[in-house]
Amino acid sequence: MANLNTDSVKGRTFDAIVIGSGMSGGWAAKELTGKGLKTLMLERGRDVKHIKDYPTTNMYPWEFEHRGEIPMDVQEANPVVNRCYAFREDAEHFFVKDHEHPYVQQKPFDWIRGYQVGGKSLMWARQTQRWSDFDFEGPARDGFAVDWPIRYKDIDLWYSYVEKFAGIAGNRDGIPELPDGEFLPAYPLNDVEDYFSKHVKSNYKNRHVISARCAHLSKPNQIHIDQGRTQCENRILCQRGCPFGGYFSANSSTIPWALKSGNLTLRPFSVVQSIIYDDKLGKATGVRVIDSKTKDVIEYYARIIFVNAAALNTNLLLLNSTSSRFPNGFGNDSGVLGKYVAFHNYSAHIGAEYDGFKDWTTDGRNPAGGGYIPRFRNVYKQETDFLRGYASGFSAYRFRQHKYDGVGATLKENLVKGDLGPWYVGSHMMGETIPKENNFVSLDAKQKDEWGVPLLNISVDYDDNDEKMKKDYVEQLSEMFTSAGFTNIRPSTNHQAPGLDIHEMGGARMGNDPKTSVLNKWNQVHTCKNVFVTDGACMTSTSCQNPSLTYMALTARAADHAIREMNKGNI
Amino acid sequence: MNRRDAIGRVALIMGGAVIGADFFLSGCKPNTATQVSDLFDTNHVAFLNEVADTILPTTSSPGAKAANVGQFMAVMVRDCYTPENQKTFLEGVKKLDDASQKQFSSKFMDLTPQQRTELLVALDKEQKDFTTKRNKDMEADMLKHKGDAKYKAPNTPNHYFRMMKELTLLGYFTSEVGATKALRYIAVPGRYDGCVPYKKGDKAWAT
Repeated sequence: MANLNTDSVKGRTFDAIVIGSGMSGGWAAKELTGKGLKTLMLERGRDVKHIKDYPTTNMYPWEFEHRGEIPMDVQEANPVVNRCYAFREDAEHFFVKDHEHPYVQQKPFDWIRGYQVGGKSLMWARQTQRWSDFDFEGPARDGFAVDWPIRYKDIDLWYSYVEKFAGIAGNRDGIPELPDGEFLPAYPLNDVEDYFSKHVKSNYKNRHVISARCAHLSKPNQIHIDQGRTQCENRILCQRGCPFGGYFSANSSTIPWALKSGNLTLRPFSVVQSIIYDDKLGKATGVRVIDSKTKDVIEYYARIIFVNAAALNTNLLLLNSTSSRFPNGFGNDSGVLGKYVAFHNYSAHIGAEYDGFKDWTTDGRNPAGGGYIPRFRNVYKQETDFLRGYASGFSAYRFRQHKYDGVGATLKENLVKGDLGPWYVGSHMMGETIPKENNFVSLDAKQKDEWGVPLLNISVDYDDNDEKMKKDYVEQLSEMFTSAGFTNIRPSTNHQAPGLDIHEMGGARMGNDPKTSVLNKWNQVHTCKNVFVTDGACMTSTSCQNPSLTYMALTARAADHAIREMNKGNI
Repeated sequence: MNRRDAIGRVALIMGGAVIGADFFLSGCKPNTATQVSDLFDTNHVAFLNEVADTILPTTSSPGAKAANVGQFMAVMVRDCYTPENQKTFLEGVKKLDDASQKQFSSKFMDLTPQQRTELLVALDKEQKDFTTKRNKDMEADMLKHKGDAKYKAPNTPNHYFRMMKELTLLGYFTSEVGATKALRYIAVPGRYDGCVPYKKGDKAWAT
């Protein structure tokens, strides 16, 4: 790191600092460097260069010693991350192992993390849906949390802005509760998904089954080719990192773009210990970094700071950034910092069969994963005994029905050419949870990590609203499945801990009133306007859409505001 | 979306197989390197290759030995089996030879291909009966303890031959030989079509 001139303040001074290099940090860096700001991006983990650092990306199934399975000693040593669906032999190197970064579970919470350049944008599930005013107006209408300080009109153009660059495949479905965007061609529904879509459309008011919208280059535009990305080749090995740049990640898109500007300095192995606040100037002046390898403490300075450390780590950093002005955590005059954490309820599934379309099947692989059912509960009015609602995944698929009896040539022939069985259909629930004061994170009073930073206590749980919603999901989807003629309907609910949805949000929520929120409508800390928080920590409520697209749009919007404010001399 | 659970993934590999499910959901204990080399030697691997090749022999495509499935079995038992399952599997190697002695007065390795097939057909029936009875017993036991919140179902290992067969199927069809010569495999599909006619008798896809 000698090239950083760490011995001189000048060499450690930038126009902007971005803490974190994942989904939202990548966008902050791209926007700020694009406007000419000399920007320092700090990442606590190692660097992961696009393509070069995807060691498994071109491996064949037979090149994995355990054909994808994680050996049992690794599983047993890592009970938390082992519960993540993508923690497999081909991508395990992108996940934080339990023992590497301990935390305190005051209540069970599966905290799934990716500490490297690109963060979890490397392994995400790539589902991208816009919010609408039915979401932004939720807390105000239904009387929970605080009112969002923004509405759809404030973010509409920013959704368009990030969608064009990231590349989102989808149809313009014309559904008010799930606004259309700037789409590349959608991936098709298969026969049974399409059948269900039509059945639902003609039998239910305001219920829709659409092709899932996802961050894949179904047909790249020039802007994607300019990023060095090419068409998605339908391998569906995305979690390994994609050599085609077929899906959006910070590694394939925003970070190389920012580097190309010549304005980005990327510093991996940099644990940000705290944000430095200057009492005299009344603003943040920089950050205190611990080099994760040497343990050296180094200060970096900048006019503006973007905090994009991933929702809970952003909370940890703000809570740990104390000063005489902010004794209880950065920008925490209100006392709400770390509180009102929420997530998505993924704890129900339904499987069934359909006795039709037996002469039809699919070919190739679908990056979108199938269909998506936007929230239909409590949208236009409150209609149930629980608040809010759920979106649902929906997909249909066929398996070979093999005959496993015996041994020898007949068995082999049966396995090679077994006939396809009936169509199976499946759905999973993605429920909104209500942010509450007693779902919170805090700093552990005693335990510290290897770098002297307090461990994070996590105390987040389901509530009665979640249970009622789960029951309703099972009832409604079962009824819709029955109505469509699906048979052998098998709902299954589980007790997976919060966190495994990997959609933890909140803790530093946006709001109009500094007394009840941490951030204003531009994602600025109310009481320190040169610090912006634009990752999941900023979320006032969770709605039920996959959140990444909204983080991207909020980040680009906040960066634009930051630059305008800098130009006016306001920050 | 695209969040298939472990069992779904196995089902895809095995083309909807349920046979491997309990194996994949079962746990394994950590092992040290010394235990590993103590577990299997080259004779074991050669033996397991012959067992595998009897289960999936050369037909119009090469058999399991060509894919070195014996080696794969040893690795999976070493790294992904619980000590209980490892014990069952290792004792099974001996039991298989005992059964061979009993039926043909000869070690398995010395049998003719016809005799090997005959022996393994019988063992396959034995494991099927064992599994049916075991599952029935487990269900009955569960019913007996209905309402007991502390009840934990007993973790009875599979029949050793079921283990060998499962590992043979998984190892072979995910091997280069099995995936590309027996099944169809395309690394880069480059397309998705949601609606194509299904032709009965087409080979299954490896992934």
